[in-house]
Amino acid sequence: MRARRPRSVQAGLRGWGGVGAMAALCVLALAFVLLLPRTQPHSAPDKAPDKATTGSGGTALATQAKADNCKDDNAQDQSLAPSTAGGPTVSAIRSRGYLSVGVDQNSYNWGYRNPNNSSGELEGFDIDLAHRIAKDILGDADKIQFRAIPTNERIPAIRSGRVDMVVRTMTITCDRLKQVAFSAPYFLTGQQVLAPKTSAITGYDKTLAGKRVCSATGSTAYDHLSADKRDGTLPASTDITTTVPNQLDCLVRLQLGEVDAVVTDGALAASQAAQDPTVELKGGTFTKEYYGVAMKLGADDLVRQVNRTLENYRKDGAWKQSYDKWLSATLGDGSGSATPPAANYR
Amino acid sequence: MTQNNNLAPPDNRTVLTLPAVPPQPSPAPTPAPPTAPTPHRRTAFAEGIDRLRTAATTEPGRLRAIGAVLAALVIAFGAVTAWQTTSRATAADDVLHSSQPLSSDAADIYRSLADANTMASSGYLAGLQETTATRTRYEADIRTAAAKLVTAAANSDPDSPSAATITKLNELLPRYKGLVESARANNRQGFPVGGAYLRTANDTMQNQMLPAAEDLYQKENERLRSDYADATPYPWAAMALGVVALAALAWAQRRNYRRTNRVLNHGLVAATTATFIVLAWLLTGHTLARAGLNGSYAHGVRSLNVLHDARIASLKARSDENLTLVSRGAETKTLKDGTVMDAYDWAYDQEIDKLAKTLTSAGALADDSAGRKPVQVANQSMKVWKSRHELARQANDSGDYQKARDRVIGTSAEAQSTGECFDNVDTSLASALTHETSEFKQAAGDGLGAMTGLPEGSAALAVLGAAGALLGIGRRLSEYR
Repeated sequence: MRARRPRSVQAGLRGWGGVGAMAALCVLALAFVLLLPRTQPHSAPDKAPDKATTGSGGTALATQAKADNCKDDNAQDQSLAPSTAGGPTVSAIRSRGYLSVGVDQNSYNWGYRNPNNSSGELEGFDIDLAHRIAKDILGDADKIQFRAIPTNERIPAIRSGRVDMVVRTMTITCDRLKQVAFSAPYFLTGQQVLAPKTSAITGYDKTLAGKRVCSATGSTAYDHLSADKRDGTLPASTDITTTVPNQLDCLVRLQLGEVDAVVTDGALAASQAAQDPTVELKGGTFTKEYYGVAMKLGADDLVRQVNRTLENYRKDGAWKQSYDKWLSATLGDGSGSATPPAANYR
Repeated sequence: MTQNNNLAPPDNRTVLTLPAVPPQPSPAPTPAPPTAPTPHRRTAFAEGIDRLRTAATTEPGRLRAIGAVLAALVIAFGAVTAWQTTSRATAADDVLHSSQPLSSDAADIYRSLADANTMASSGYLAGLQETTATRTRYEADIRTAAAKLVTAAANSDPDSPSAATITKLNELLPRYKGLVESARANNRQGFPVGGAYLRTANDTMQNQMLPAAEDLYQKENERLRSDYADATPYPWAAMALGVVALAALAWAQRRNYRRTNRVLNHGLVAATTATFIVLAWLLTGHTLARAGLNGSYAHGVRSLNVLHDARIASLKARSDENLTLVSRGAETKTLKDGTVMDAYDWAYDQEIDKLAKTLTSAGALADDSAGRKPVQVANQSMKVWKSRHELARQANDSGDYQKARDRVIGTSAEAQSTGECFDNVDTSLASALTHETSEFKQAAGDGLGAMTGLPEGSAALAVLGAAGALLGIGRRLSEYR
């Protein structure tokens, strides 16, 4: 740790005009202050109210600040500037020797276990990214422990410290920002309609009249469907009563002919389409959502570290490589998803 | 006695002409005149009563009445005995040859379905390494369930709730099989939607088919219990009539003795003996049958029910264990205290607890070492299963999926898989079930055997007894001619 610091500071100064270094110093300073028993607990906020996220006082303030600034259309721009300066979280991971990552095992092409892969390794776009993050922190892409976590366990798993981070098609929202910290966005998607190729449905529009639409219980898709049905954006005859525990169950219902269309994240809809050549994405995305890597609130050093990885991941073409390998077949090269979203930091 | 026998024939001959006696109400035409004076016609009933009344004033008339009552009592006793024992013997026969086999068929449907589901999930989890044994067992289970559903349908009334349940199962079975095959096909192509299919199949099985099968099983068990209820109660009516008939015979003989000073009237003695034999036979036969049937219920049926429950619990626990690894966190359950668990892991905990409980009661019900031993083996295997499952769960929770999978479906001895424990539990329970079934058959068969010939025998003896009573009375009556 000590040995690395000077190099990191230099790199930060070169690349970022000292922003990263300053931030790191702020965190260090705050950590130091909080270690002293209750001496001037609010000394740092003047300088860096948003970055003061260690300790209870700091967290409360930061949450407040985030909640105030956050609109759902800029939730993806709330992350911290990249830095490899490190800190307590990163050093804890290094001393442990492996990175613990919460992933999905059932999202085809994102994070899934291929039964025909004899090594039993997980594969997918999310998995590639997780390996890259591990490589940048620990120098070895395989020093990683994947933990399968269900959708509604993503936030509790981070907050309880069971995993260091969650890379699991997780959308950055203001609500979630109150509970976890996000990296810069690494993927742009949106809710989209999936239906059989032969279906007359053309997208999220009037053609859904009289159709049965499936969505996952408690999902963003369902929230949109019910709100849009209420305000008349969707025809009143659209039947949205079919909800299932997991978005993949919608594909089962679609194949069994129990529903006519599925609404879910475009990325996941694409992963469903990849498993059935007779269905396709209909129309464009009707919302804008950004996936981010979720980490514990206050793990600023790790957030910055991940953001640095993402910077490099985009720049050196590895992002595109991974996209081409897993996603371009169903999402195409022309869609908004085909290029990495630009990162804006606070 | 020899003397008696020598004396009897002449008696018989005299009385053989007597069968004119039974039409009792009519034999009093002589005292009819008293009714004649009445100018207007009275009802036939009232006239009959009057005739009887006048007849009763003469000794032959009284004797005729006594003979008729005695014969009627003995015949009634025989008839009621035959009727009550026949209904009990039929019920006991139903227990042994109809309702218990049907209950056991329903249990087989239930078990085959649960077993098929377990095999489907094991096979799915093994993926390309799916063994022929798993596949064969799955297919055999489906066939057994389908075949036994046909038997069950043939034995249920078309409009009964059982028939509706059977229809429902018949509809769901092909659907279930289709879902399993879709799961398999998708899994072979490496598509995770296969897992979703298997979860849907499992959901269909655990939430629709197994409850229906359980319902059928309960209904057959009710039928079995009601057959038991029909077979075991004491035949009070027959017993009471027997006592009354014996008392009447005793009174008649005492009256005879007082009036004639003769100690023995052969006909009445024969009637008494026959009645007594029927009563004794009825009491011992029924008591033995009752003991056998009650024993078959206590040691057979109750043990069988508990063992069936244990087997189902172990099958469900096994498929939940498999599905924890198949679903990989796709479904969760929020507990009352707010903690979130994998839905299948939670279900596994429930089922394995149920298995432990049912095994404890099965152990308590087992009444011999041959019955206790397999239950003990199952109990031990269940404990090992639980501890190995904990290791598999740890491996899964720490992200070592391969290790967790090996600990669940690994076939090598060093894998120390939970599958081995499940197999042990399953085979021990199967042998316990075989043992208890034979205990049941033995005890119920003994019970049924104790009633053999009772209805026919009692009817024949009652006819003899009634004839004896008539002969006895006829002998006295002839003294007035």
